[in-house]
Amino acid sequence: MSDRLLRVENLHVSYGKAEVLHGISLAMKPGSIVAVIGANGAGKTTMLNAIMGLIPSRGSIEYDGAPVPRSIEARVAAGLCLVPEKRELFSSMSVEDNIMLGGFLRSPSERAEIQADVYQRFPRLAERRKQLAGTLSGGERQMLALARALMSKPRLLLLDEPSLGLAPKIVIDILNIVAELRNTGVSILLVEQNARAALEIADEGYLVELGEVRKSGPAAELAVDPALMEGYLGRNA
Amino acid sequence: MDFTIAAFLIQDGLTSGAIYALLGLALVLVFSVTRVIFIPQGEFVAYGAMTLSLLDSGKFPATATLLLVFGVLAFLLDLWDNRARLNAPVLLRNVGLNLVLPGVIYTLALVLAPMQAGPFVKALLTIVIIAPMGLYIYRIAYKPLADASVLVLLIVSVGVHLAMMGLGLVFFGAEGLRARPLSTGSFSLGFLPISAQSLWIYGSTIAIIVGLYLFFEKTLLGKALRATAVNRLGARLVGVRTQLTGVTAFVLAATVGAISGILIGPITTIYYDTGFIIGLKGFVAAIIGGLASFPITAIAAIGVGIVESFTSFYASAFKEIIVFSLIIPVLIWLSITVSVHEDE
Amino acid sequence: MSSSRRFIPALVVLVLLAVLPQLPVPPFWITLLNNIGIASLVAIGLVLLTGVGGLTSFGQAAFCGFGAYTTAVLTTAYGFSPWMTLPLSLAVGALIALPLGLITVRLSGHFLPLGTLAWGIALYYLFGQIDLLGRHDGIAGIPPLSIGDYRFMSGSSIYYVIWTFVILTALAAQNLLDSRVGRAIRALRGGGQAPEAFGVNVARAKLTVFVLAGVTAALAGWLYAHMQRAINPTPFSISMGIEYLLMAVIGGAGYVWGAIFGASLVLVLKELLQRLLPDLIGTTANFEMIVFGALLVVILQFARDGLWPVVLRFFPSKSSHRIRGDAPALGKREAPSPGTPLIRVEKARKTFGGLVAVNDVSFEVKAGQIVGLIGPNGAGKSTTFDLITGMNSLSGGQILFEGKPLTGRSPRDIARQGVARTFQHPKILPGMSVLENVALGAHQRGTGGVLQSILRLERTEEAALMAEAMRQLERVGLAEFKDRPAGDLALGQVRILEIARALALDPVVLLLDEPAAGLRYGEKQELAALLKKLRGEGMSILLVEHDMSFVMGLVDHLVVLDFGTRIADGKPQEVRENPAVIAAYLGGTA
Repeated sequence: MSDRLLRVENLHVSYGKAEVLHGISLAMKPGSIVAVIGANGAGKTTMLNAIMGLIPSRGSIEYDGAPVPRSIEARVAAGLCLVPEKRELFSSMSVEDNIMLGGFLRSPSERAEIQADVYQRFPRLAERRKQLAGTLSGGERQMLALARALMSKPRLLLLDEPSLGLAPKIVIDILNIVAELRNTGVSILLVEQNARAALEIADEGYLVELGEVRKSGPAAELAVDPALMEGYLGRNA
Repeated sequence: MDFTIAAFLIQDGLTSGAIYALLGLALVLVFSVTRVIFIPQGEFVAYGAMTLSLLDSGKFPATATLLLVFGVLAFLLDLWDNRARLNAPVLLRNVGLNLVLPGVIYTLALVLAPMQAGPFVKALLTIVIIAPMGLYIYRIAYKPLADASVLVLLIVSVGVHLAMMGLGLVFFGAEGLRARPLSTGSFSLGFLPISAQSLWIYGSTIAIIVGLYLFFEKTLLGKALRATAVNRLGARLVGVRTQLTGVTAFVLAATVGAISGILIGPITTIYYDTGFIIGLKGFVAAIIGGLASFPITAIAAIGVGIVESFTSFYASAFKEIIVFSLIIPVLIWLSITVSVHEDE
Repeated sequence: MSSSRRFIPALVVLVLLAVLPQLPVPPFWITLLNNIGIASLVAIGLVLLTGVGGLTSFGQAAFCGFGAYTTAVLTTAYGFSPWMTLPLSLAVGALIALPLGLITVRLSGHFLPLGTLAWGIALYYLFGQIDLLGRHDGIAGIPPLSIGDYRFMSGSSIYYVIWTFVILTALAAQNLLDSRVGRAIRALRGGGQAPEAFGVNVARAKLTVFVLAGVTAALAGWLYAHMQRAINPTPFSISMGIEYLLMAVIGGAGYVWGAIFGASLVLVLKELLQRLLPDLIGTTANFEMIVFGALLVVILQFARDGLWPVVLRFFPSKSSHRIRGDAPALGKREAPSPGTPLIRVEKARKTFGGLVAVNDVSFEVKAGQIVGLIGPNGAGKSTTFDLITGMNSLSGGQILFEGKPLTGRSPRDIARQGVARTFQHPKILPGMSVLENVALGAHQRGTGGVLQSILRLERTEEAALMAEAMRQLERVGLAEFKDRPAGDLALGQVRILEIARALALDPVVLLLDEPAAGLRYGEKQELAALLKKLRGEGMSILLVEHDMSFVMGLVDHLVVLDFGTRIADGKPQEVRENPAVIAAYLGGTA
C-alpha cells in the first residue's frame, strides 16, 4: 500500500477550446478527509468528475500507488465512488432498490452484509425502504446518495457539495455523518461551498480559484487564512 | 352488427394485438435503456418466422450463416478497438463471444436442421439463432454511437433496418414462407372456434409480460436496466456499464422478436419485408405509450389489433391507412399536453 | 460568400451540366441525371428541414405525391395546362404541410420523425385507394411540358427544365439561409426555447421550414409527373422517403449543395449496384438496400456531418461578410432618463411542490444602474432570473417593467419590451459566424419574410441588421472575430458575444446570468470593464452572480439571497461586512 491513496498531478481539463482546470495537483493520505473549497466556477466539480473518469483530462491521476483504472466501472470496483452534486438518484425506484444498486459490483453476500450496516447507519432510510426515492426530502436524498455510495464499499469517497440546498441544521447532520465515515477507514475528498464547516471536519484543505490551487495546508490553518475570505468575498476593492 | 362476427373479429384482433404488444414492449425496453428507436425490431420477427419455416421443411436456416457473419464482423471490430491493449483475456473473450458462440449455434443448426425434430426443438433453435443477433447488432451499429443524439440513433436504426431487410432478401429470397403451427387443432368456445396456435400466442404473450415484470422487479440486472432508464449518469456511478445494459436490452428485444416470429409465422405468410410493417404497428402502440410506459403500450397494442381486425372486415382497403392514422390523434394529444420546455 | 477557389469548380460543373445533353452521352445517363435533379429538389427541402432546422422527416415522398397527383389529375381530367398546375401543385403541397406541420413540429425530438413515418405510410396507402387518383394503377397520359409548340418530350429536353429548377431552388435556399428568416431557422438547432429569448418565434420558424420542405418536394413531384407522364403510388412510398433522407444525410445534412451531391451519390451508386450485384451474387433483386443501410450506419459513425464538408475541404474558402457603410440605421428605442425605475420585483414568490424556491423577494433596478443579485448556490438566484425573463411563472407577487406587469408574458414578448438576457450556459450557434450570431439578436428589429429573402428584396434591411450587429461587436470589442465561427471563441469571448447579441436587441435593460462563471481572472476584468463602459453609455444591467469578488467593485447595488429569501441589500461594501452574508457564504456560525 502506498502512503498516498490519491495523487493528482498537473491535472488539466478543457471543455471544447476553453480550459477550465489549469494544472491542479493534490494528494491525500489514506483515512483522511481533504476539503476542496472555492467559489463557484473555480473548477471543483470538474476536478471530481475528472478523477471519477466522467470527463477526459490530461495529467496523472494515481490511485493507491498505480495509475487509476480506465473505465468508471473499474474505478468503482477499485473503491472510488462519487456522490455528485445533483445526487443522481433513481427517483422512480424505491429507496431499497437505490441502495441495492449501489452494491451492483459486489457479490450478493457482501451486498447483504453492507446493506445491514447501511440501514443501521441511516435508520431514516430503513423506515422509508419502500418509498420512492423521488418522494424523499432534500436531507433524506443526500443520505440516500451517501448510503448508495457506501454500498459500493468505497475506499475513497468523492463528495460534491453534500450540503447544497440543505437547511443549516441538516448540513451539520450530514457533515457529522461524513466525519464518522472516516472513522470506518473511508477516505473522503470533500468539495464544499460551506468552507468553515468543511474545514472543521477536514484534515487538509485546498483553496481552488479559477482552475488552480491557490493555497493548501492543514485545515485548521486554512480556516483562518485571509486568502479564504478573499476567495469567497473578493479582494478589497 | 352480428355478434358472432364481432366476437370473431375481437378474437382475431386479440391475436394480432398480442404480437404487436410483444413488439411494442421490446421497443419501449430498448428505447428506455439505450435511447435507440429500434426500427429493425420487425426484422427479428421476420427472421424468426422464416427460420422456423425453413426448419419445418428440413432446410438449413440461412439465419445461422448470417449469425456467423455478424459474429465475424463484431470480432473484427472488437479486435480493432482493442488493438492498443491486446492481451490474452481480452482476446479470449472476443473469440469466445464473437466466434465460438455463433460457431456452436451454426453447428447445432447444421445437425438439427435435417433431423426434423419436434416443433418445440425447432422453436427453441430459432430463438437460439436469433437472440445473439441482438448482441452483434448492438456491437456493430450502436455501441460506437453511445453518446449520439436520439435523432442520429434513429437514422442509424433506419440504416440497420435497410441492411437487415436486404440481407433477409438475400438469404430467404422474395418468396413468402409460412411455418407450421406449434400444435394443430382447435376447440370451440361456445360458437367461437379457437385455434391452438392463438392459445399459444395468448399464453406466450402473457408469459413474456410476466417474465419481463419479474426480471425488472426481482433481479439485480433488471433493476440495473431500469436504473439506466431512469438516470443514466447515476447508473454509471454505481458501476453499471452502458454496454452491459445496452447488450441486455438488445438481446432481450431479439429474443422477444424471435418468439413473436415463431408465434406469427404459422398464421400469416411472411416475406422478407413483412417485418417492417408489423414492427411499425408495434411502434404505433409504443408511441401511444409515450415510448416509456409498458402497460399503456400493451393495452394500446391490443387496441391496434382490434381496430385493424374490424377495419379489415368493414373497409379492408383502408386497413393500413386507418391503423397508421391512429397515431395522428395521439400526436395531437402529445403536442398539446407535452410542455414545450421539454427538449433534449 | 464564395471565393475564387470555389467559383471556378462551380463554373466548370455548371458548364458541364449545360453541354452534357449535347454530347454523345448515352440516353441512359441523361435519364439518371434527370432523376438526380428531381431527387435533389426533395433533398434540398430536407437539408433545410433536417440539416438546418434539426427536424427529421421520413415523409417527404408523400409531399412529392401531392405535387404529382395534383398536376396529373388537373391535366388529364380537367384539361389544365401543365404550367398552370405548377402553382397549384405547390399550393397543395403547402396546404397539406401546414396542418401536418402544426401537429408535428410541436413534438419534441424523436416523436417528430416517428410521426412523419406514420403519416408517410398512411398517405402512401391512401394514394393507392382513391379512385380519382387511379388507385394502384395510377394515372397515365399526363401531357408533357411545352412552350409554344415545343414539347419537352425527350429526356434531354426536360433535362434543362429540371436542372433549371434545381439550380434556382438551390439558390433560393442559399438566399434564404443567408437572411433574417434563415438565421431564425438555423437557430432552431441551438435547441429548446433559448432562441425565444432573443426574439425568434421558434414554433413559427419550425412551421416555416416544414412548409418550405413540403413545397420543394411538391415541385419535385410536379416535375416527375411531367417527365414520366404516368404516375402510380410506388415512388411516393415510405421507402422513397427514407431514400431521400439518406441522400440528405450522406451529402451532409447542413449544406444546400450537399443535397445535390448526396442525391447524385445515392442514385449513381444504386445504378451501379443494380448492374453489378446480380453478376456478383447471381440473382436479381434490390440488394442495394444492404449497401445503403450499411452506408448510413458507417457515415453516421465516422462522418456525422456527411460527405459534402469533406469535398469542401479540397476547396477552402474564406468567407467574409462585407458591411455596407451606407446601410440605414435601425430604429432605436428612447432611452429612459437615469434613475427611473425599470424593473420592480414585488414580493416575488415561486414554489415547486412544497418547496419555496423564491420567498417574497423584492428589489428594484433603476435606469443607469448595475444591480447584482448574489447568493450561494441554491439560493434561488436563477429561479428569480427565470421569473423576470418569463422562462418560469410566478406563484405570487408581481414583477413590473416600466410600470407594466410582466406576469404571463412569453420570453419573446418580454424581449420585445426591451429586456435582453444572456445565458449561464451560453446558447450560441457554434457553426455560425460571430457576426451572424449577433445579428440574431436584432431579429425582432427586422421584418423581412421568406419570399423577400429568397428574392433578395430585403437586402437594404439585411444590410442594416448586419451593420447593427457589427456596431455591437465593435462596442464590445469583438469586431476582429466577426467572420470566425462562434465555436472558435474562448468561453470569455463567448460570454461577451452573448452580451453583444443581447445589445443588438436594442434593450432598455440587460439581464446577465452568471456572466463571470468559469472565466479566468483577466477575462473577468475585461468583462467588468465592458459592463462599466456600457453603464457609462446609459445601459441598465441586472446581473445574477455567485462570485462576490467580481461584483464588488462593479455594481451600484447588491441584493443577497439565501434559501430563497433576501437577507441583505445595499451598497457592496456594506453588504460585504454584513455578518449574515458572511455566514451564508462561508457557512459555520450564523
